[in-house]
Amino acid sequence: MSMDPIETFRIEADELLEQIEQGLLDLTHRLGDMDLVNAVFRGLHTLKGSGAMFGFEALAAFTHHCETAFDRVRKGEVPATAELVSAVLSARDHMRALVEEEVTQAHLEAGEALLATLRSAIEKAGGGEAPKGAQAETASQKADDRAASGSGWNIWFRLPANSMTNGTNPLALIAELRELGEATITADLSHVPPLESLVPAELQLAWQVTLKTGQPRSAIEDVFIFVMDDMELKIEPIACEAAAAGQPDEAAATVETQKNASPVAPSIEPVSGDARQAKSAENVRVPAERLDELMDRVGELVIAQSRLSQIATMSTDLHLRSVSEEIERLSGELRDTMMVLRMVPVSTLFGRFRRLVHDLARETGKAIELATDGESTEVDKTVIERLADPLVHLVRNSIDHGLELPAEREAAGKPRTGQVKLSARQAGGEVIMKITDDGRGIDHQKVRAKAEASGLIEPGQQISEHDLLQFIFHPGFSTAQKVTNLSGRGVGMDVVKRTIESLRGTIDLTTKAGEGSEISLRIPLTVAIIDGLLVRVGEGRYVIPLAAVEECIELSLEDDLRSRGRSFISLRDKLVPFLRLRDLFATGTKPDPHQKIVVISTGSERVGLVVDQIIGDHQTVIKSMSKLHANVATFSGATILGDGTVALILDVAHLVAAGQQQEAQLRAAV
Amino acid sequence: MNSMIEQVQATSKTSPADEMEVLTFNLNDETFALEAIRVQEILDVLPETRVPGADRFAGSVINFRGRVIPLADLRLAFGMDAVTTTIDSRIVVIELEIRGEPTLIGLRTDKVNEVTTLSKANGEPPPSVGMRWRPDFIEGLFKREGEFIILPNLTAIFNQNDASTAAASRIIN
Repeated sequence: MSMDPIETFRIEADELLEQIEQGLLDLTHRLGDMDLVNAVFRGLHTLKGSGAMFGFEALAAFTHHCETAFDRVRKGEVPATAELVSAVLSARDHMRALVEEEVTQAHLEAGEALLATLRSAIEKAGGGEAPKGAQAETASQKADDRAASGSGWNIWFRLPANSMTNGTNPLALIAELRELGEATITADLSHVPPLESLVPAELQLAWQVTLKTGQPRSAIEDVFIFVMDDMELKIEPIACEAAAAGQPDEAAATVETQKNASPVAPSIEPVSGDARQAKSAENVRVPAERLDELMDRVGELVIAQSRLSQIATMSTDLHLRSVSEEIERLSGELRDTMMVLRMVPVSTLFGRFRRLVHDLARETGKAIELATDGESTEVDKTVIERLADPLVHLVRNSIDHGLELPAEREAAGKPRTGQVKLSARQAGGEVIMKITDDGRGIDHQKVRAKAEASGLIEPGQQISEHDLLQFIFHPGFSTAQKVTNLSGRGVGMDVVKRTIESLRGTIDLTTKAGEGSEISLRIPLTVAIIDGLLVRVGEGRYVIPLAAVEECIELSLEDDLRSRGRSFISLRDKLVPFLRLRDLFATGTKPDPHQKIVVISTGSERVGLVVDQIIGDHQTVIKSMSKLHANVATFSGATILGDGTVALILDVAHLVAAGQQQEAQLRAAV
Repeated sequence: MNSMIEQVQATSKTSPADEMEVLTFNLNDETFALEAIRVQEILDVLPETRVPGADRFAGSVINFRGRVIPLADLRLAFGMDAVTTTIDSRIVVIELEIRGEPTLIGLRTDKVNEVTTLSKANGEPPPSVGMRWRPDFIEGLFKREGEFIILPNLTAIFNQNDASTAAASRIIN
């Protein structure tokens, strides 16, 4: 099952584009950072190269121009300006289009327009004038130049053993070094193993090059730029004769300065490589569907195991019991490992917001700073994927409605730059995400006016501010006076809420006038396995997500009789509506003499579910229902019980809503 | 009778493009056929779980190798009476696209007969009058050995029932 090479390229290109984007965004904050410039340049170069290899000619040609532009920045001919970075950012989007779509004439024209912008940005930045560019060079490079003048460099390098298979040609590197000046090259054989253990395809040679040149250190590093991360490289200046004879200390001092001053990673130390890249090299890319398949298998194993343990408990065979216990432990561990495999840090999600905020800042003319916190919090991949759209919507809303224009902010005595903060942290089996802004907050009066106008509440009706705010999530509800490009169409917040609820999460909104708003999402870490409470209603068994269960009580005979007409119980002086699942499911059986009520809640709203029997807790592997049953809203999914039969999982949000509705109807009737 | 046999023999000589492999099965004494290529597996009757609120047509789910799949009863689409399961009852698991998504579905049958070849030339469109079933649920009728084999239009039946399941799911509201 090998992957289509084009598809592989697309995945790789996706990552490269992501890297380039992150690099560019970092660069907007630290324009002089040569590390970032180099990283972007490398990304562009690789993209160009592999694009050409896989037949994406338009991409390669287009990327080539951007690469050239960045090469000039890298060489210090042109300083990196905000305008230039922005131009390359737009160009990056075009590259993505070229990777993903069929290339049309329109693409080529758009590409031309982008390149024109890029060229003008370079011109404005003072491209072409070498003296200006020289200023951009870092102090250390100048130091390098001085150290190098009149003498040259002692270079020792060793490539990784697998570099031949990766297509690196050491001879080409050596040839490039030769072009820089007069070179004496000796091969260093010290790492070559004896013949019997020599693998012919591996590269075990190292080279010692003495290069007489006036070129700076960076020129030598440039030769190795694409292999630098994995190789060992030592570059030392050849001490000129005078220094070597009389002032060895000074020569050593020069080396020392370079080591400290140079912001570029490689110095005289062997290059260990960028930590992040080293880490990614250890990763294995697995198609998500295989992971899902494995998850299914583990799910089945868990089910089979629970059947086994049922049999084992009935048996008197001690051997069987101990094997069963062993398997129980192993399958539990396997399940935990499996869950971890699916976990990805939320940084993958937060990462994409930097660009969004960057673009929105330009579009709206607001000064915005994005702060993130808890990026290493890990969440199930499916959850991350499904959270992306709602989060985009929420962040847009915060920026569009929440944050004020810089002038307004100053007038209100706030810093000009508005802040949007994304944070994530784990709490038990849930992750709590917050989107906080320090904008104007939500105007309760406006919400009330709108709610009254649309008939959601009676004029003058008493309602808590918190409850009032929740109308924001009502379909078609928008307090924005004018509809902008970004938000304010009133579609969205209800979709956001529904998406969060489909992940079995909750959403809550708090706001303070003039100080900002905070939206917090509570989402289970995983959507694949939950703790459930197994109950029996009639002859059917059902699972209630344990996270939603508040308590279990007995339905007393008086309550039972009294509630024929109105289904309420009094729970610590509060009336809680309850639903008789037996009636709801039309079981057609006689109720058990001692029925139980399982009280479930979503945040502040509670509802009781009357069941015949509470069986116990159950590790629930969630299986989705087919589209044939998509319309049955009472159930969010199904699971397979220990005996192989299917039990349905109750949709808590839906049942609570149904209970509230019943309550409202009864209130109206009273 | 003789002419019928000749007809069958004649069909087997026609080009394969005009033929299709089908699995025949019985529902209330009528013989139905399914394109064999759709059939995933034939199972003995399994314990099933009723889905409260779902349409009776697909009123329960079963555990098919760790997957939860709906169990449908074509009888209800054809207005037949449901019968109790017998020793011959089987579940035929098929794959069908429902609203653009390939879905595994179990079909109740009273008895599974054989895999056989039907000639498309032999098929007739459903008569527009004189039939108690909805014509759009039937792709064709095939005459063989004195009886009719019904080839149901599964795509129409299953996508049609979206509407009725929606209506039936109003158990709460």
